[in-house]
Amino acid sequence: MGAIVIDLEKCNGCTMCSRACPYQAIEMADKKARWIEDRCTLCGACLESCKFDALFGEMPVPEVPDFSDRRGVWVFVEQHDGEFHRSAFELLGCARGLADELGQEVVAAVLGNDLKEKASRLIHHGADRCILVDDPSLAYYQTCTHTHALSELVKQHRPNILLIAATHLGRDMAPRLARRLGLGLTADCTRLTIDPDERILLQTRPAFGGNIMATIVSRFSRPQTATVRPGIMTPLPADSSRTGEVSVAQVDMAACREFTRVLECVLPEEKGVDLASAKIIVAGGRPVCSDRGVSVLREFADAVGGEMACTRVVVEEGFLPATRQVGQTGQSVRPAVYFACGISGAVQHKAGMDGSRYVVAINKDPDAPIFEIADFAIVGDLFEILPALTRAMRER
Amino acid sequence: MNIVVLVKQVPNTTDVKIDPKTGNLIREGVASIINPEDRHGLEAGLQIREKLGGTVTVISMGPPQAMETVCECLAMGADRGILLSDRAFAGADTWATSTALGMAVRKLGEFDLILAGRQAIDGDTAQIGPQVAEFLRIAQLTYVRRLDAQEGKVIAERALEDGCEHIEAPTPVLVTVLGALNKPRHPTVEGILAATSERSPVEVWNAADIGVKVQDVGLAGSLTHVVRTFTPKGARDTRRLEGSATVIAAELLEALRQKEIRLGE
Ligand SMILES: Cc1cc2nc3c(=O)[nH]c(=O)nc-3n(C[C@H](O)[C@H](O)[C@H](O)COP(=O)(O)OP(=O)(O)OC[C@H]3O[C@@H](n4cnc5c(N)ncnc54)[C@H](O)[C@@H]3O)c2cc1C
Ligand SMILES: Cc1cc2nc3c(=O)[nH]c(=O)nc-3n(C[C@H](O)[C@H](O)[C@H](O)COP(=O)(O)OP(=O)(O)OC[C@H]3O[C@@H](n4cnc5c(N)ncnc54)[C@H](O)[C@@H]3O)c2cc1C
Repeated sequence: MGAIVIDLEKCNGCTMCSRACPYQAIEMADKKARWIEDRCTLCGACLESCKFDALFGEMPVPEVPDFSDRRGVWVFVEQHDGEFHRSAFELLGCARGLADELGQEVVAAVLGNDLKEKASRLIHHGADRCILVDDPSLAYYQTCTHTHALSELVKQHRPNILLIAATHLGRDMAPRLARRLGLGLTADCTRLTIDPDERILLQTRPAFGGNIMATIVSRFSRPQTATVRPGIMTPLPADSSRTGEVSVAQVDMAACREFTRVLECVLPEEKGVDLASAKIIVAGGRPVCSDRGVSVLREFADAVGGEMACTRVVVEEGFLPATRQVGQTGQSVRPAVYFACGISGAVQHKAGMDGSRYVVAINKDPDAPIFEIADFAIVGDLFEILPALTRAMRER
Repeated sequence: MNIVVLVKQVPNTTDVKIDPKTGNLIREGVASIINPEDRHGLEAGLQIREKLGGTVTVISMGPPQAMETVCECLAMGADRGILLSDRAFAGADTWATSTALGMAVRKLGEFDLILAGRQAIDGDTAQIGPQVAEFLRIAQLTYVRRLDAQEGKVIAERALEDGCEHIEAPTPVLVTVLGALNKPRHPTVEGILAATSERSPVEVWNAADIGVKVQDVGLAGSLTHVVRTFTPKGARDTRRLEGSATVIAAELLEALRQKEIRLGE
């Protein structure tokens, strides 16, 4: 815990320490210094102030623990209605690379009900082993139930690394889990590598709305835990010759208290927009905010076989649903081609699409920031360019 | 209802740049604001107080300058403001931040509802809400865009990637809110005068006041550490296409074909 010890023989009551303490944790009593434990934060200011060697500190020293026995790169497999979320395959692809570098195994951790049959798919996509917690209470996500099951698994198996998708579900559960297990947690990573010297996980993530990238490490806790932005990591192609053990772990689910009660789950009318796995995206900005604008965009999207997407402005103006918004507060996408039509290129928008392989930007304004990240720059009116492109596509 | 609102003072994101020489954030001349979603959290708290009675206490951890933020919240209608400020709190990750905020909430005593933003626009982690909830061992509801508080429970609509969920939780509960929840009110002139007057209900608490050791908060108490920051590389080799719309269209499709991008399949 730590303490400040006062040598009353040496203390001459000079009051320096009492005055140096920022927290009023040293009082003068009977012309001697007296330590008030409750108010002391162990900052050490008093120790430096004493000229008579009357104060000693027993201070806790932060030490990097030895974690060399921690093994395994774990992926938390998100599922909805018994279907594995695509992020799970992306994370397995990423985990495979990390595990190979470390010479460790990839473990897929699945929480759900009756999913054992499906687990082989996770092996085919890169896992060496799959561990399930199988319980009816895990069929539908609830914070405390899932947190309990996963934290018990982690306590049983003591992995080295744990990856969780930075979906709504992942970002609801991961911080709760990290707080429960005393783990550092890096949010929304877009790049994960192993430090060649220290052999620890380097976790790189955007912050400040994508203006800044930060590389973060967790030296003081295991597993090194990160949430990973969906749509960034590349899944491995399925290899049905891969085999691995699928086991069911025993977790006492009765020991968990769930606070919440889900009353209803409402799915949107428009189903099946999967921007994150779209190969071609045709995105519009403010100038498509009209019926004509949306139809010009849609015709081109249909002609190239792409999905329509947009900036936040278009969603706010009510011309396309929020499920089609790309950016910091929308979807992250990485198509083969991203057509940015009438999009200025705000950082919050770029944050969601700068992983695209090729970016084609069409904008009236030659100084629009979107051109800075464009492979093909077209300075012009989208109401002329897009119809011309649609015609050219149809004529092929 | 006793309501606590967590608010963070943040730089206005779009202005932040990195000094190319030092690699540090350039904060000079960058305006500070209340984290946008936190204003929605406060508005929700004020509306619930108007309906059910009770008090709204704002807690913010930050440098002395964050007093502005606490005062702005009082001017909007909060009853009491706590600024957690101490050099020992500086450099905290979300683990250490949630320790400090959690200890401060505990010191306040009884509470029914804690409101926070879903995410701060600078750190962007969205981790504080759930971590404070876990610290206090209470229920959490995140991504909330509709909220109905009653005695003893709240009913919320949580946004999911596809659709939403209606969910109920007993109090005490921590809720993280989205901007879609409501339209925050503006501070009033009387509010500003009261918030900045001598009898203003603002307190500043340091590490000793909330009963933590220096080693448990701030940089020293953090489990993650930033080892490098840099500006994302933006530059691509941009090729400009010029001429009539028809010429541009033909050139672009040909260029993409050469890059083996298959359109229209
Ligand atoms: C916290 C926060 C989160 C945000 N999250 C997101 C997000 O997730 N996604 C997002 O997109 N935005 C987000 N934003 C908003 C973002 O800052 C921008 O306001 C938004 O992206 C701008 O959209 P825009 O490019 O459509 O509009 P504008 O910036 O208005 O740009 C319109 C562009 O169209 C060009 N133009 C006009 N007419 C034509 C024409 N006929 N032909 C060709 N070009 C034309 C103009 O030159 C201009 O460059 C966020 C903002 C904040 C503060
Ligand atoms: C570039 C960069 C990257 C970082 N990455 C990580 C990381 O990956 N993991 C990590 O653990 N830490 C990280 N940090 C540290 C983190 O930003 C701080 O711990 C910060 O105090 C809280 O995190 P946040 O801003 O992400 O808050 P969020 O969790 O996004 O905030 C959600 C809500 O919590 C409340 N809240 C947050 N901070 C305060 C506060 N100080 N006072 C009152 N209420 C508050 C507000 O209601 C806010 O809307 C990073 C910091 C920087 C500068």
